[in-house]
Amino acid sequence: MRITQGTFSYLPDLTDEEIKAQVQYCLDNGWPVLIEYSDDPHPRNVYWEMWGLPLFDLKDAVAVMEEIQACRRAFPNHYIRVNGYDRSLGRQTTALSFIVNRPPDEPGFLLERTEGADRQIRYTLKSYAAERPAGKRYEV
Amino acid sequence: MTNQVETPNLIDIDAAFRQANIQQFLDELDRELIGLKPVKTRIKEIAALLLIARLREEQGLATERPTLHMSFTGNPGTGKTTVALRMAKILHHLGYVRRGHLVVATRDDLVGQYVGHTAPKTKDALKRAAGGVLFIDEAYYLYRPENERDYGQEAIEMLLQAMENQRDDLVVILAGYKERMDTFFQANPGFHSRLGHHLHFPDYSLEELLEIGELMVRQQNYTFDAASQRAFREYLVLRMQQPHFSNARSVRNALDRAKLRQANRLVQQGGTISPAELCRFDESDIRQSRVFRGGLEGENSNQ
Repeated sequence: MRITQGTFSYLPDLTDEEIKAQVQYCLDNGWPVLIEYSDDPHPRNVYWEMWGLPLFDLKDAVAVMEEIQACRRAFPNHYIRVNGYDRSLGRQTTALSFIVNRPPDEPGFLLERTEGADRQIRYTLKSYAAERPAGKRYEV
Repeated sequence: MTNQVETPNLIDIDAAFRQANIQQFLDELDRELIGLKPVKTRIKEIAALLLIARLREEQGLATERPTLHMSFTGNPGTGKTTVALRMAKILHHLGYVRRGHLVVATRDDLVGQYVGHTAPKTKDALKRAAGGVLFIDEAYYLYRPENERDYGQEAIEMLLQAMENQRDDLVVILAGYKERMDTFFQANPGFHSRLGHHLHFPDYSLEELLEIGELMVRQQNYTFDAASQRAFREYLVLRMQQPHFSNARSVRNALDRAKLRQANRLVQQGGTISPAELCRFDESDIRQSRVFRGGLEGENSNQ
């Protein structure tokens, strides 16, 4: 089950050329780019691991593509995403965030129902992948 | 299928030259940079080379990307950084460099202070310069053979590798004094073979410096009157003979000091003045300089 988190997640995977074009769009707008990775696919998992520091002061996407390739080589079976941060006053937030790498097999989520007081049902999502410990979730 | 006679398609070089809009850049260069004849000639030649390479590419002829890395040698204040910036724009205009921005790096930006510090620093500088021009000022400071704990050599290795492997992404321009750059190249032959162009920036002549002074004065909305112009000429003649003369930079500093004295004169004078007076350098603004009294050495010996 492909997780649909971030921009472009309903589209088929972006090719490297397309990723480069998106990154160049971020850099042209002056948004520094940060690469993050994680193997916990839960939609409420906000804080992914950072791959190095945000790449400030760049003008060309080539350097970012190199970092993405390095991250893919290091973590081929993790989710990797690219964030562009807009620091202009009034915004100061992530402007663009999209996934560039996925594990080959994504098991999906379990909807867990908990019955509480007064027979009220509370719902949470549990990822099948998270049953295994971190780092061993998507071993091929 | 009829046999069609091959009509030779002739390439109009003049049209291509006009279309690439190169002349506008060369004219701007001529206008805004005084002197520097060998440099301007070489830039024209490089522009022609790149234009022909473009045309060849369009014709489907095998074209290897020309080596664009360069070295600029010359004394301080002769325009090396200024020309590097222009070079970045011209290369971008001709399509050889993707972004056309200039990143100025010195030893501090490339060499670290402890083991493992150099590689990320140099890589960072190379990343920022990707798609543009990396201008390394005082390049010879990278190489310190007398100190075996110096990490400059690592930076040099990374630069050499980048200059060879990332030729499509990056243009490197090294700059510094001529003699020291020669020593540097002798000690690191890898650089010399990777550089396509060596440009020497000669010192400016008195007339050129006066022209530069005039240009700066005009650009900053000031004016010389006849007497202050004469005084400025005499000032330059004396100043050029004194030590630590940095060509165009010294001219700029001299004008800054003249502005200071003009401002003080006007405030001390008080009263009301016409707007033209705000622009005019008076002879006294120039003559007050201690250069006329023998400079720093002259003053010290007099006391």
